[in-house]
Amino acid sequence: MKIYLAIAATLIALPVAAQAPVAMDDQSQLAPSVQPPAGADYFQPPLESELPDNAFGALVREGRAIFVDTRNRAPEHVGNGMNCTNCHLDQGRKANSAPLWGAYPMYPAYRSKNDKVNTYVERMQGCFQFSMDGTAPAADSHIMNALSAYSYWLSTGAPTGEVQPGRAYPKVQEPEGGYDLAQGRQVYEEQCAICHGDQGQGQKSGEDFVLPPLWGKESFNWGAGMHRINTAADFIKESMPLGKGGSLTDEQAWNVAAFMNSHERPQDPRLIDGSVEETRKKYHANDGVNLYGVEVNGVVLGQGAD
Amino acid sequence: MKKRNLAAGLLACIWVASVQADPGADVYTKGGANPAALACLTCHGADGMGMAAAGFPRLAGLSAEYMKKQLLDFQSGSRAHPVMLPIASALTEGEMQSVSLYIEQMTTPVYPRINRSAEATSVGERLALRGAWERNIPECVACHGPGGVGVGAAFPPLAGQSSAYLSSQLIAWKRGTRTNDPNDLMGHIAKSLTDDEVKAVSDYFSGLGQ
Repeated sequence: MKIYLAIAATLIALPVAAQAPVAMDDQSQLAPSVQPPAGADYFQPPLESELPDNAFGALVREGRAIFVDTRNRAPEHVGNGMNCTNCHLDQGRKANSAPLWGAYPMYPAYRSKNDKVNTYVERMQGCFQFSMDGTAPAADSHIMNALSAYSYWLSTGAPTGEVQPGRAYPKVQEPEGGYDLAQGRQVYEEQCAICHGDQGQGQKSGEDFVLPPLWGKESFNWGAGMHRINTAADFIKESMPLGKGGSLTDEQAWNVAAFMNSHERPQDPRLIDGSVEETRKKYHANDGVNLYGVEVNGVVLGQGAD
Repeated sequence: MKKRNLAAGLLACIWVASVQADPGADVYTKGGANPAALACLTCHGADGMGMAAAGFPRLAGLSAEYMKKQLLDFQSGSRAHPVMLPIASALTEGEMQSVSLYIEQMTTPVYPRINRSAEATSVGERLALRGAWERNIPECVACHGPGGVGVGAAFPPLAGQSSAYLSSQLIAWKRGTRTNDPNDLMGHIAKSLTDDEVKAVSDYFSGLGQ
């Protein structure tokens, strides 16, 4: 079954007078991850061994620990089975995996997601609200101080306000004629289920999610950037299966991203008056390619999974 | 009256269970019906913890699904092993099933659940807890779980295995004599590891909990 979604692209292309001058950092419109110039390498964050043995070093180490072990170290703020490093590979260091050194120097920035200029801390609060399906720590909390210190330290020497090569996930073109959910299921069963489970539920060791849940109540919610099929396809092509990034074709990445995101997940916390339709109009209609509020196999998605 | 009946019934069950031989325990301790299917305990020990000096691995607590797959793979040769090939070939599938279930419920020491948040300075610690992403090598704990305790039916425990066994397997993957991992997930990583790294990371996991 083929599904075609071209509405989003058309709408994004329309000039919006009020927003145009400030629409510099809407995540859904992030400039594709570019290659470094010939002969140059991606930005290199400092090594852990270079951290000073002082109060600053201690806070950075704490921030790193929260980043890789978020559920255990910020349990009251994480509502699902995710940790920051599930999407930001190599502890937020890896180029083309949304590294922290690519994000930190780009804030404050305007985001249409909440229609205001966001500080870096507000940007991270968004991660907690959507990707972690939780309640964001306060801006002046110790958790945010530690995560900010870690991001700042990783960005040591990176230019402020300049787009760094490798800052996002490299863009993968949608297959001509759209994506195919049945083929996506096949890719999932052959290559993904071994880690993420046959129902996308992830795998645990004791209480720890080792392999992250991809849909269902323990996964990221309908407001997370990863619910966009285009974003998920970009991520998957670059980094999945873990350690075998780049092994899927563009088409496989899109198909399996669409299959993943054609399942229920926790409700978008911005839900308007209990109406999926209203919420789609306001937050999803112009947000890349996504299936929130869209009918798939006779069922309208976006009901939530809590 | 009801309660007394229930208690009597439970006692009877326990008595029957202890008298009726567990077919898996039989295979483990006495071997299969075919004499070529030697008893597992000969090399892997009565407690299933293996013999480190000889490189015989820990079996205790391995997932039954994983264990049975290994036996079938020894038989087919996708996991090449001169000693296990004839033994696995002499086991019936029913024996494989029952001994795998027996092995799964064998208890092991509790291993420390060290995860990515821990400090990592040595080569072994760094591979285990950080990976080497410049070569697309994920941290071992990303799949094998905190402390390498093992996850599900596809990612076996590393903790409690000897350094000799762990490095022999990584080398087998490097050389292509072991190819029975799903989608070459382990093989392609092993091929990126240097010999020094193989030794360091094997030493790291074998030393956990000791």
